[in-house]
Amino acid sequence: MAVKRGIDMFRVKAKANGGVTSVKMMAKHDMDSGNAKDKNGNVIPAKFLQTVVVKHGENVVFSGSLGTAISKNPYIGFEFNGGAKGDELSIEWIENTGESGTETAKVK
Amino acid sequence: MSMTRRSVVKAIAVSSAVMGLGAFMPRIAMAAWNKAAFDAKDLSGAMSASFDGDAVDSADVYLKAPAIAENGAVVPVSISSKIADTEKVMLFIDENPNPLAFSFDVSATAVPEFSTRVRMGKTSMVTAVVIAGGKAYKASSEVKVTIGGCGG
Repeated sequence: MAVKRGIDMFRVKAKANGGVTSVKMMAKHDMDSGNAKDKNGNVIPAKFLQTVVVKHGENVVFSGSLGTAISKNPYIGFEFNGGAKGDELSIEWIENTGESGTETAKVK
Repeated sequence: MSMTRRSVVKAIAVSSAVMGLGAFMPRIAMAAWNKAAFDAKDLSGAMSASFDGDAVDSADVYLKAPAIAENGAVVPVSISSKIADTEKVMLFIDENPNPLAFSFDVSATAVPEFSTRVRMGKTSMVTAVVIAGGKAYKASSEVKVTIGGCGG
């Protein structure tokens, strides 16, 4: 299943509580590792998220490199100090194919 | 002012160069994806490409992984570190085709506590490695996999 374009790839739940913001984000992505085969025995080419960066204003609050061992529809949970209700987070992602994107989410 | 053909061409060239620069700016903030480490086929290769020296066992590195995973395609894993100045958190799965699963940077404002879900081909030791102050610390646990998650 191809990733649908024009809608955000990540579903983000960010909640500020007592000066700490907890972020739970999940992408709609197959994370094809290049090791699996389809029904006809053809190798499904690798297509996975390699880099995910989350920024709160100018601050990078999460920066991760992902490998092929990350499950389909990757989930990432993390926390950072600061953040308040209504703040905006920007998410940047890059695939191994070179495709990339930026999207935003609000802290609740 | 007369707009000659030459000045128009120059203006276009300059503005596109500036736009090109802008498009590349966000990339600088991102840590480069460590290809050698992610492509390594064995644990020692993946570890040596990821950090210098040997990782020492530490009780301040917490690795939460299930003892038995029924579905190797989705194994929930959490790692947290109590070590001061934690810079990086990584996970290695010994028996996977590429042992390095992920490498998360701990930014200045981040809390060194992450959770995610990984694929496991078969029963394996999983090792969390934390880099702090240039040194590597680790914690391991075994996950028994009933159904592998690498497909094909």
